[in-house]
Amino acid sequence: MKRLTMWGLALMIGSWLSVAGAADTVKSLRGDVALDAHSERPMLKQMMPDREPIPRDHVQQPPLVPHSIDGYQVNLKFNKCMSCHGWDTYQKARATKISLTHFKDRDGNDMADVSARRYFCTQCHVPQTDAQPLVENVYEPANARR
Amino acid sequence: MAIENEKRGWWRALKRPSARYTMGGLLAVGFVLGIVFWGGFNTAMEATNTETFCISCHEMEANVYEEYQHTIHYANRTGVRATCPDCHVPKDWQHKMVRKIQASNEVFHWLLGTIDTREKFEGKRMALAQNVWRSMKATDSRECRNCHDYESMDYMAQSRRAVPQHIEGFDQGKTCIDCHKGIAHELPDMQGVDPNLAFGG
Repeated sequence: MKRLTMWGLALMIGSWLSVAGAADTVKSLRGDVALDAHSERPMLKQMMPDREPIPRDHVQQPPLVPHSIDGYQVNLKFNKCMSCHGWDTYQKARATKISLTHFKDRDGNDMADVSARRYFCTQCHVPQTDAQPLVENVYEPANARR
Repeated sequence: MAIENEKRGWWRALKRPSARYTMGGLLAVGFVLGIVFWGGFNTAMEATNTETFCISCHEMEANVYEEYQHTIHYANRTGVRATCPDCHVPKDWQHKMVRKIQASNEVFHWLLGTIDTREKFEGKRMALAQNVWRSMKATDSRECRNCHDYESMDYMAQSRRAVPQHIEGFDQGKTCIDCHKGIAHELPDMQGVDPNLAFGG
């Protein structure tokens, strides 16, 4: 019994040591900063200026928003996006019209207006800032989308 | 009775030519009092023309002021602010007077408590918004144009979406409020309202 306890203790100390060793080598995205020190303050990201539609990277990707949406109201009473991207307004606003898929509810029924589950545009469609990728990314879109 | 007599005494004194004071003295006193009264009137009026005064009623503070704090007219990169009266009270004296007299109706409804809860306010939001839209349309968005002068707009500095919309709009003789609704406050329920009339934002 005594020997077992000794072995247990030794294992515990050993695993603690190895964890401490690993902590020295792992560097988080936060940087190599002590826990009680301030990490470097990142610059605020700027919204990209308005531009042409951004190409999609994969087939099911919701198109990105190629313009600023600061101050746009999307709530129960009003949807600012639809004042340009709606079927009755897109031509006048020279905007991309909302996809027909957005008129289907989850049971596949076609609705007369945008389905409730698709109403809040920014759940999928997001504007872009000038942020660079945090880690290197070698992803390439499928050929079919080129 | 005594008060009535006194009143009559005052009235008589006002109607009779003065035999006691010189014309110059009366004019000088009238002149000074004129400055004091006019100055006081103007100061009182300016006091009602501040944001602090506007949001001293909770109807304004809890609803429209709260919403306005999230918009560009409240906070922006250069720190230039448009406060309540900048948009809702005309700058020139004549129209300002008219607006101030109209505002007595707002005081009356404040006394009645017409919009003293969020629910009551939401119920009236469409009518209230339409009042503002109507008056801005009628004045060709005069209060907007105090700062946003068409002649000084630099299309080079505008976004690629804004340029054609502005050129087209001005060509058609549109005014700011025709498109820019709900820029400083939440919009009412726009269901059933022509979307072309409510570009918002």
